[in-house]
Amino acid sequence: MGEAIAFYTLAAFILGFAVLVITTKDTVHSVLFLVLDFLFVAALYVMLNAPFLAAIQVLVYAGGIVVLYLFVVMLVNLKRLPEAFQDPNRHGRIGLILSVAVLLELAAIAALGVGSVAPVRTAARALPVTGNTEQVGWMLYTSYLIPFEIASMLLLVAMIGAIVLAKREL
Amino acid sequence: MPPGISLSDFYYILPEIVLTAGALVLLVVDARLPRGSRALTWVTMAVLLATAVSLVPFRNTDVEVSQGLLAVDQFALFFKVVFLVAAAMTVLMSERYLQVEGASFGEYYFLILCSTLGMMIMAGSIDLISAFVGLETMAVSFYILAGFIKPNQRSNEAAVKYFLLGAFSLGILLYGMSILYGVSGTTNLRTMATVFVGHERNPLLVLAVILVVAGMEFKIAAVPFHMWAPDVYEGAPTPVTAFLSVGSKAASFAMLLRIFVEGLPSMDADWRLLFEMLAIVTMTVGNVAALTQSNLKRMLAYSSIAHAGYLLIGVVAGTPRGISAMLIYLLIYSFMQLGAFAVIVMMRRKDVVGDELKDLSGLYHRQPFAAFAMLVFMLSLGGIPPTAGFMGKLWLFGAAIDAGYVWLAVIGVLNSAVSLYYYLRIVVFMYLKKETIGSEPTLSPALTLTLGVAVAATLVLGVYPGLLFDLAEASARTLGASGVTAAIR
Repeated sequence: MGEAIAFYTLAAFILGFAVLVITTKDTVHSVLFLVLDFLFVAALYVMLNAPFLAAIQVLVYAGGIVVLYLFVVMLVNLKRLPEAFQDPNRHGRIGLILSVAVLLELAAIAALGVGSVAPVRTAARALPVTGNTEQVGWMLYTSYLIPFEIASMLLLVAMIGAIVLAKREL
Repeated sequence: MPPGISLSDFYYILPEIVLTAGALVLLVVDARLPRGSRALTWVTMAVLLATAVSLVPFRNTDVEVSQGLLAVDQFALFFKVVFLVAAAMTVLMSERYLQVEGASFGEYYFLILCSTLGMMIMAGSIDLISAFVGLETMAVSFYILAGFIKPNQRSNEAAVKYFLLGAFSLGILLYGMSILYGVSGTTNLRTMATVFVGHERNPLLVLAVILVVAGMEFKIAAVPFHMWAPDVYEGAPTPVTAFLSVGSKAASFAMLLRIFVEGLPSMDADWRLLFEMLAIVTMTVGNVAALTQSNLKRMLAYSSIAHAGYLLIGVVAGTPRGISAMLIYLLIYSFMQLGAFAVIVMMRRKDVVGDELKDLSGLYHRQPFAAFAMLVFMLSLGGIPPTAGFMGKLWLFGAAIDAGYVWLAVIGVLNSAVSLYYYLRIVVFMYLKKETIGSEPTLSPALTLTLGVAVAATLVLGVYPGLLFDLAEASARTLGASGVTAAIR
């Protein structure tokens, strides 16, 4: 019960800050709300007994990436507020009705579905190491080595792509 | 070696390793060569050829690699061949286009190779994690490729649209995947299939199926997740559009089949119904919207949406026959679609963008071979007898009737009839109109080769379709051959 309360509280904060990120007019405030959002996600990881992921979340996302965002925002120097734009083809009311319908549907499914089956848990593989960080590392470099390597190619692609898109024509 | 990984794993992913190494070598070679050197095209072709050769030892294997993350079987092999053929033809038609646009070769070819790598991983994945990583590798490469012609605003627009909508659809897909993991406790699709037996009516699983379908439908550009396709296809560089409409679509179909046929066979009543309705809407909307297009790339975009609808019929049928018909149709579709785009690449000159319907007028009098090739591709896309497109549709609709979906086949045939209008309109412009626009379009040797291969394949497969059939049948049988699927059927 306590776990559920903690989870729903955290989830409410995460969603609330996410909404603030996209509704705030000031870009710097928006980025700062994003930091708070990332911190609450890190708390969620702590709750799931994944302290390593939580630390990475704080270091990489809340720390590194948001600092980069801030750099960009300050360099671009958005003094002027973005102009209000109303899409003439936008059907706000239909969108609202549809999203409420989907939300109700999700709630109904969650209410009906949870507890109808006990999630099947495959036996946790016995790892030769203890400690969260060691276990994550062990899994990453043994069972998940191939996806890990592909992810490294993915990062290389992203890096090359950033260079291609950002460099001036030679 | 620690437990969990073995040397043989690296042997079985040899083609992927060759491709990755080749892509990295290409980057280094690019730095050493003078700018604009055409040797890079041939380096890329050599990498693709080496990858194809390294597939040979695995033509009869059927193993799971890396504790069930990837499968090396004939299903994966068939798709890998499709990807390599598509990539090779794309590279051949890219050279001229990049020269006209004044873009650099090195990064472009590197990204083409990396997206091919992502596709190969997707086709082999029997685990949600490896499938997702493969999908991301492919998608990120395409986001960049779509915006590769930086001075062109339409190219920028295509990249931004594809990126934003792609990220959004990926979120939906991941949500579905996370529910699948939450309910089953495993990411391995084959284990998942055993776990889900007897849980057919769990509403959470139905929700997961809907979300995963939505995410995958975006990638194959099926209605109602097709909105991005015309804009992105029109704005992206033409060879990229060709590769996107063939490679990305084939890879997404491979992943879709893996997830639903291997991972969720017990839920098939739900996803079949979904795909059935989506197939009908996709075919109809694609063809009807294509009727009014005057831009060739937009028209082919809607035509490729319609083709996604035809291909979904194979998924709905779900029988080995349906799946093998789908595989055959995907390969045939690759040739005709790539060929058609190669003609549009040829139309791009210094003074003409060449992607409007009227740009094709009088092509027969200037480039009879290209006009003939386009004629063959259009007849094939429309499904007229001596071409491969006819055989492909025949099998696809035949498989649907065989599986008891007669009316799905009827709608498919009616749609093919509708599609003939806009395919033949192109032929009318090429052969019957006299007035011509801009300078003379010319064929480079690489473009001639591309067109020649595509025409030959379209005609030969139309006359001797048996060449493919056994291969596709064997591939379809490896899919879902694992015990559970067979037991449920």
